[in-house]
Amino acid sequence: MAEHFVASPHWEWYILGYFFLGGLSGGMYTLATMLRLWGSPRDEAAARTAFLAAFPLLLLCPILLTIDLGRPLRFWHMLIDTTPGHGGLAFKYWSPMSVGSWALLLYGAFALVSFIEVRTLDGRMRAPLARAIAHALAGGAGRVVIGVGALLGLYVASYTGVLLSVSNQPIWSDTWALGGLFLASGLSGSAALLAWLARYRPEGEATEWRLAQMERYFAILELLLIALVLANLAGAGTLTRALAKPWGVLWALVVASLVPPLVGMGGPAIQVASGTGSAAVARAAGASRTPMLASVLLGVLLMRFVVIFSAQF
Amino acid sequence: MAEAVGFFTDTSVCIGCKACEVACKEWNQLKGNKPAFLADSFDNTGKLDEENWRHVAFIDKVPDAPTTTGNGAAWLMFSDVCKHCKHASCMEVCPTNAIIRTEFDTVFIQQDVCNGCRDCIAACPFGVIGFSEQTATVHKCTFCYDRLQSGLMPACAKVCPTQAIQFGPLSELQKKADARLATLQAQGTTQARLYGRDDKVYGGLNAFFLLMDKPEAYGLPNEANAVLPRRNNRTGYLGVLMTAALGVLAGLVALRDRGGTRRAEEALRRCGPTGRM
Ligand code: SF4
Ligand code: SF4
Repeated sequence: MAEHFVASPHWEWYILGYFFLGGLSGGMYTLATMLRLWGSPRDEAAARTAFLAAFPLLLLCPILLTIDLGRPLRFWHMLIDTTPGHGGLAFKYWSPMSVGSWALLLYGAFALVSFIEVRTLDGRMRAPLARAIAHALAGGAGRVVIGVGALLGLYVASYTGVLLSVSNQPIWSDTWALGGLFLASGLSGSAALLAWLARYRPEGEATEWRLAQMERYFAILELLLIALVLANLAGAGTLTRALAKPWGVLWALVVASLVPPLVGMGGPAIQVASGTGSAAVARAAGASRTPMLASVLLGVLLMRFVVIFSAQF
Repeated sequence: MAEAVGFFTDTSVCIGCKACEVACKEWNQLKGNKPAFLADSFDNTGKLDEENWRHVAFIDKVPDAPTTTGNGAAWLMFSDVCKHCKHASCMEVCPTNAIIRTEFDTVFIQQDVCNGCRDCIAACPFGVIGFSEQTATVHKCTFCYDRLQSGLMPACAKVCPTQAIQFGPLSELQKKADARLATLQAQGTTQARLYGRDDKVYGGLNAFFLLMDKPEAYGLPNEANAVLPRRNNRTGYLGVLMTAALGVLAGLVALRDRGGTRRAEEALRRCGPTGRM
């Protein structure tokens, strides 16, 4: 039985915001990469939408992290060792917060480059530098770049869960499955968001049904991981605390939020997935996805809320 | 490197006078928290935090029925402090390297490096570190680093009237503690034990204790629970790796599902361009 005598770090709303947006951005970039590398040519439209969404979703992340610091102006101490006589970079592979700071920085660069590339391909950016980027990414190099970017995106979407586990806090350190859980939920949230966004681009709706299918798989994965987390907590003897009022009810709501994607509420999208449907029809179907999107995203947020707050109160 | 120093806190002679708490605040210019009446014992300090670097806990062992005099064990007095762990959880996670081991083998937070991320608070298994709104950084016992550098002993050890807090070179303190334990055992005080004297708790504590009960009774993790944050790195990342592999596989299946594509397109053809079945 695990017994804990720690104090709480008071990681609250800013951190919740970061975990939410970081999970969606990393998931979005991963989806974009998969669609571009493995999808049919018709999936390129959705891939572009995903690349375009990944960067703005990320933008707020460093800001949230920085204002959560006691000393925001010292955010760079995460990267540069300022201890007198040390110097050099601050990097500790065994501290997820340290690795995560670097990963976020690198991932940001990849997300930005892909954003610029897609804007240029869409003809929205014409600056010579943007064109040079798009040109450089046209061939195999581009595939490598988005492949690496997707790996970083997967890391950003998941390390936050590992970070919580690498502590001595109750609940967080009693399970090793939080990283996986955050990743599965980030993927399912970004698939729902992308399915909703895809209709804003001609041809984008062609990918909707594939996204609905992915979402179903991700939801199954997330359910398995929730079960794993709870089993871990039961083994450590902290399950009662994790499910005490009001957390138990909130966990149930998280599970409930996975039901719509599971039973395929994304299904009707299939009916308009042909290129022959008019844009108006596609819009109408997209609109019917809105409640589903809201429920999935709320679940993504709520799960992180429960994990973060139930350990600290 | 100077000689490794330590605290040997002998709870069997602590009388709960809190002189250590006061001396610590005097020397380190800690103004303390706003007075609060905690109403669960004669202790109103409550816990270690950014303003309390020594905390004398009063642990209630008063028997419900007054059968004996209690043999001096009705209250356990326990002057708690940062343990200056050999394997320090706080130091392990700190992303800025603000937490260092000094030339005296103590654990010290550099105030000009810390950026207030609070990862160390999540890590310290003893709940020692607190975040100060005033400095927007974290604080804990410095082992009176400034006094050590001037050849003085820490304020708490200096002031303790019963020598419950002993300061000195770690190896000497360990010998003293062994002798003290032997004496107590010989007197039949079999519940006495040392905590952090050997390497079973975080590789050994520079601030170690003689306790009169199980560690848990004092709010200290026992040997089985004295574990480092990094223990969860390998399994945590393994969980991520498995999830990522399954997630990517799911993506691949969904994207390469030719049968699904055909079925979807047939469904579309059946329902026509209006998109309604
Ligand atoms: S007791 Fe806590 S704050 Fe002190 S050295 Fe050990 S882990 Fe760090
Ligand atoms: S709060 Fe300061 S000392 Fe603690 S982990 Fe963060 S940077 Fe290090």
